[in-house]
Amino acid sequence: MSDLRRTALYDAHVAAGARIVDFAGWEMPVEYAGVRAEHLAVRSACGVFDVSHMGQIEVVGRGAREFLQGTLTNDITRIGPGQAQYTLLPDDDGGVIDDLLAYALLDRFLLVVNASNVGACVDRIMGLAPGGVEVLDRSPDVAMLALQGPMWAQALEPIASPEPFALQYMEATEAYVAGVPCLVARTGYTGEPGVEIMCDAADAPVVWDALMGTPARPDPVGLGARDTLRLEMGYPLYGNELSRERSPIPAGLKWACDLTRGGFPGALRMQGEVAQGTPERLVGLMLTEKGIPRGGCPVLVDGQPVGIVTSGTLSPSLGVGVGLAYLSTEHAASGTRLSVDVRGKPKAAEVVTLPMVDSSPRKEHYP
Amino acid sequence: MSDETYPAGLRYHPEHDWVRVDGDEATFGVTWFAQEALGEVVYYDPPEVGATITAGEPYGELESVKAVSDIIAPASGEVTAVNDRVADAPDLVNSDPYGEGWLITVRMSDPAELDALMDEATYRAYLQGLAGPGSGA
Repeated sequence: MSDLRRTALYDAHVAAGARIVDFAGWEMPVEYAGVRAEHLAVRSACGVFDVSHMGQIEVVGRGAREFLQGTLTNDITRIGPGQAQYTLLPDDDGGVIDDLLAYALLDRFLLVVNASNVGACVDRIMGLAPGGVEVLDRSPDVAMLALQGPMWAQALEPIASPEPFALQYMEATEAYVAGVPCLVARTGYTGEPGVEIMCDAADAPVVWDALMGTPARPDPVGLGARDTLRLEMGYPLYGNELSRERSPIPAGLKWACDLTRGGFPGALRMQGEVAQGTPERLVGLMLTEKGIPRGGCPVLVDGQPVGIVTSGTLSPSLGVGVGLAYLSTEHAASGTRLSVDVRGKPKAAEVVTLPMVDSSPRKEHYP
Repeated sequence: MSDETYPAGLRYHPEHDWVRVDGDEATFGVTWFAQEALGEVVYYDPPEVGATITAGEPYGELESVKAVSDIIAPASGEVTAVNDRVADAPDLVNSDPYGEGWLITVRMSDPAELDALMDEATYRAYLQGLAGPGSGA
């Protein structure tokens, strides 16, 4: 246990009754009151997540924009200072090293990457960076909290200055939260409106306590509900839906790959996949009988394997088993009836459109 | 959720099952420790009534949102009843693991198997041995 890392909020999690698990080398809260209650709190009110285990990489210097344009898949010239963009870091073959948010700030770019991939991302980006472009791993110094849910503004309003409520989705600004200088961004991975707040790790407990103390009373939310929230939205998770094994195209992430421009690693492969179609495609699944699909469960049509579940859970919003799966393209159309082999028991299922939860106007999600 | 308890008078299996014995009949469930480790139970996949189960082998599954756990039979026999209320409201396993959260009843084929199980004090000592040193939580 001694080599596991703790975020600056570890003691706050323990005090809040968290169940702590090992996640990507960190001791992180997986749940407090329970995954379902936390999930529903975020969908109906708001909750706060500690995502300080995620990585922050700064890219600084003349030529940083051109360098990132040739390194990441999305068109980074479409964002200016104070804007964020979902993008991917491909390897030379077009496989996915990580998915990430790139922020354009006044004098630098900030890349927020998955905890399990910080080392791989830093190695890749440093390895490609030309002279004059500096790559700094700021992960150890930066804490990150996500305040998510329709009540997010009520939770933030009493403690934020200036009030960052004019921000549009995928915009970021500097603001004080509980007196702490923060970068506040209208981002998140839950499908609900909200913000992500970055600050010096040493200041994180002040921000956490202030958020918990606001009259909106956000719930502390663990990694368990973070996973079920993103899964209902159909957002991919590195290690489950994304890996070096596949390009972003079968995952449905063509929108985050600027293929008309090309010029980044793997672009030719991705252009070919789009032109010819991929043999498999990532879809949402919903069981039509009791049961819970899990990652690794085979998907069957007439008893024959046609794909594999990459993530699965009981949807707290819908009360049914749901999952994401790569399926042979001919079986991937919405409404296709098939079955999921759950540890030897076939469970009836249907391909569903994403997101799985109602996407009402108050909701925000990636294209 | 419930408070940590291990009632006297039950027999305990190392895989965190309990047995309440009534002659050749027995009621099975999982212990407070098991439900705490699993978290909120959201799905119970029970065996069929009439099925034969074998000591040490899985007879059903409990699932939390995040994980699946086999339920290990503490003794062999034939399933005589399944707790349908737990199938409908699986979190009864969390709220009342020794009462409303019982899982099955069994007509035991070899009640002598019970001799291998632990009493409450022995099970508590066994749990102490499982706890790692220096656990922060």
